[in-house]
Amino acid sequence: MDLANFFIQLLNSVQYGLLLFLLAAGLTLIFGIMGVVNLAHGAFYMLGAYMAYALTAAWGNLALAIAAGTLLSVVFGWLLEKILFRHFYHRSHLDQVLLTFGLIYIFEELRSMLWGDDVHNVAVPALLDWSIQLTDTLSYPAYRLFMLAMCSALALALWFMISKTKLGMKIRAGAFNSDMAQSLGINIVRLHSLVFAMGVALAALSGMLISPLSSVYPHMGAQVLIMCFVVVVIGGIGSVRGALTAALLVGLVDTFGKVLLPQFASMLVYVLMALVLLYKPEGLFKQ
Amino acid sequence: MSTPQGHLETLPRSVQLLMGLGLIALLSFPFVGQDFYIQMVTRMMILAIFAMSLDLLQGITGLVSLGHAAYFGFAGYVLAFLSPADAPASWFITLPLAILTSALLALLIGFFVVRTQGIYFIMVTMAFAQMVYFLFFDNKELGGSDGLYINVRPAGWGLDFENKQVLYFFTLACLVLTYAFLRRLLWSPFGRTLNGIRLNEHRTQALGYNSFNYKLTAFTLAGALAGMAGYLWAAQSGYVNPELMGFHMSAHAIMMVILGGMGNVAGALIGAFGFELFLHFFKDLPKVGEFDLGKHWQLWMGTDCAGGHHCTPRFDGLVAPQRCGP
Amino acid sequence: MTEALLEAKQLSKRFGGLLAVNDVSLSLYKDQLHAVIGPNGAGKTTLTHLLSGDLPATSGELWLKGQAVTGWPHHRLSLQGLGRSYQKTNVFLPLTVWENLMLAAQAKDALAPFNPLSWLGRADSKPSVVARAERALVLAGLSASKNSAAAILSHGIQRQLEIAMVLATEPVVLLLDEPLAGMGAAEAQTMVELLHTLKKDHALLLVEHDMDAVFALADVLTVMVNGTVIASGTPEAIRSDAQVQAAYLGEATA
Repeated sequence: MDLANFFIQLLNSVQYGLLLFLLAAGLTLIFGIMGVVNLAHGAFYMLGAYMAYALTAAWGNLALAIAAGTLLSVVFGWLLEKILFRHFYHRSHLDQVLLTFGLIYIFEELRSMLWGDDVHNVAVPALLDWSIQLTDTLSYPAYRLFMLAMCSALALALWFMISKTKLGMKIRAGAFNSDMAQSLGINIVRLHSLVFAMGVALAALSGMLISPLSSVYPHMGAQVLIMCFVVVVIGGIGSVRGALTAALLVGLVDTFGKVLLPQFASMLVYVLMALVLLYKPEGLFKQ
Repeated sequence: MSTPQGHLETLPRSVQLLMGLGLIALLSFPFVGQDFYIQMVTRMMILAIFAMSLDLLQGITGLVSLGHAAYFGFAGYVLAFLSPADAPASWFITLPLAILTSALLALLIGFFVVRTQGIYFIMVTMAFAQMVYFLFFDNKELGGSDGLYINVRPAGWGLDFENKQVLYFFTLACLVLTYAFLRRLLWSPFGRTLNGIRLNEHRTQALGYNSFNYKLTAFTLAGALAGMAGYLWAAQSGYVNPELMGFHMSAHAIMMVILGGMGNVAGALIGAFGFELFLHFFKDLPKVGEFDLGKHWQLWMGTDCAGGHHCTPRFDGLVAPQRCGP
Repeated sequence: MTEALLEAKQLSKRFGGLLAVNDVSLSLYKDQLHAVIGPNGAGKTTLTHLLSGDLPATSGELWLKGQAVTGWPHHRLSLQGLGRSYQKTNVFLPLTVWENLMLAAQAKDALAPFNPLSWLGRADSKPSVVARAERALVLAGLSASKNSAAAILSHGIQRQLEIAMVLATEPVVLLLDEPLAGMGAAEAQTMVELLHTLKKDHALLLVEHDMDAVFALADVLTVMVNGTVIASGTPEAIRSDAQVQAAYLGEATA
């Protein structure tokens, strides 16, 4: 593998890793703070992608679609938490599995009824529809660079919020010990609402951002959900730092794996997870 | 399900009666039913074995696995690999082999997975099952996404699985054996310890039990029994594909066990039959005007799962556990 | 001088910046009750966790019956004859008293889980196990509650079950963490009598706040404050130790 190729794969790894991070960050916080197993997290990703497709088709502007879609997701997440999830925080994991599995069915069906079962393409916006020439034969799509920049910015913003703001402190307290945080006067109900809505929005946003690259298809949520779980397990529940580290690791292993060992590429990530489990069954950065 | 029940092994009289009647019904069914229904009931019995194997893990030991289908599907593939292109494989060689390889797979995965707790366990069981799924999905040599065909169903020792009635009774025998074995297990020292692990793992360890070994053994046994079910499924349908190892299959198993009631084996059996009947009911719903209710069965299943359980949190399953003592 | 059955050498436990147990050494001998006392937060329960294998020590050694067992998990220590009761009742609540005890009694000579024989026999049919459970039942005075679910028992009876569970494993070393917690006078008296009977042929460690019981039972006393041992010796010596009086006992119990 020559330098240019290696560089491209590296960029792809980081881009994929950061995307996974956006998804996993929400998931790990929801797990860590509310203790809820949410199998439907991948469905939010899928719904985001379909929203991007539908809104772009209607308005012709991806940026506008993403902005509107994100707003809609926040509201959707807030409602979902208020109506359903809030009542399940203290139920057994099995109950939560059942609830969220039912939600997957419902969301898939809703998607089917609203937008059909076909695979759709979302056009890359004209502004970003070009490539940077790296060598005589290799070029890198500008949209991917945009995604890289966007995800990095979001990751940075998330990091800043979590570690430097008062809200972030409350979130970390909640992730560490929910009951304790409550007795310290933190409005835990509002915190839960916020974290959940944020998690849903991040997941939907990831789906929206990736839609021009990966196209929009029915079971895209299921595949990404597994990767999310792997990232959370490797990183440790409740740790955003862990989610970032693990997501980048997974991005690297998966991307380079596909290039170097294509037949076993999908398995490599699980081997990584198995190795982590041997030495740290609770993840690298468990709270 | 919010409170752990201790005496899952004692079946209420009504359930014992139901099981007895059920057995009689199953024994006589092939003589009165049409071919289509014989196949349907065979399928239900296979799923019942699958559900009972999960009950060992989930209901008795308390380990919620989202990846149990991996061992189900894997055994089916073993049969597919061992079946010659134009002759039947011998069931008395391939069935034990399939069970053994599923058990080995469960042992291997269990070794990593059993060291985790709570939410982690749920996630990693799912993740490893997906790993197995992708292994088969991505590799043409293993059938890829199209799967593999079993051209001739297994036979041997005078039995031919091409004969639907023969397969039916063979499956029924496996069902009865699995049920009897697991019921026996409930009363055994091993079963009592698993029960203890489910109720209070910490104290069980304090008493001197190496809970890791117990959980790993339960995981492996459950995988072996799932393998038996998977073999029969492949033998019946003549076709395997990665979806048999997928997330939806695992989730269905969980729903069957929950519907029937966890921890007493009978519940899983009843739950499997009940679940299949539910599914058929939803899928056969008529059209209301322009809206095809049956086509959108997933919506009703999902709402039932999510909503039904939400509204009846104290529903412990059709075969609710019996309290013992004054 | 007889061999110590359980010996702790300079055990320490650190939680991040907090040193919960600091360089503690003690020995337990047969026919002897060694009490550990001290104010709340002194590290007594943490020390018990270190001795029972519930927590790994940050540094130090543990010896059981002359064998090095440092870092051994609880279940391994239990099989070697170490039993521990908990401050917070830790029984199998949905099971009956008898079922609780049977599970405990079964542990000592349980077959390995992957041995098919353990899948097929009946748990309640082995005479040695039944006898062991029966002995613990009678010794702890629980015969009347044999078939009652643990969850419905009164607090005092639950504490008796807590001890009985340990007895059913027939250990030679017993670590008892506040067995009298929350008990009324009559129940406490019964428990003290039981503990007195247990001294024979066993080595006992007792963590307790009930000073009457402590001074009635203890042969040796160790006093802990803030994770460190400030005094250790006979009850009389401890009672008159100025440092101990200042830190914990006060003048009243002279």
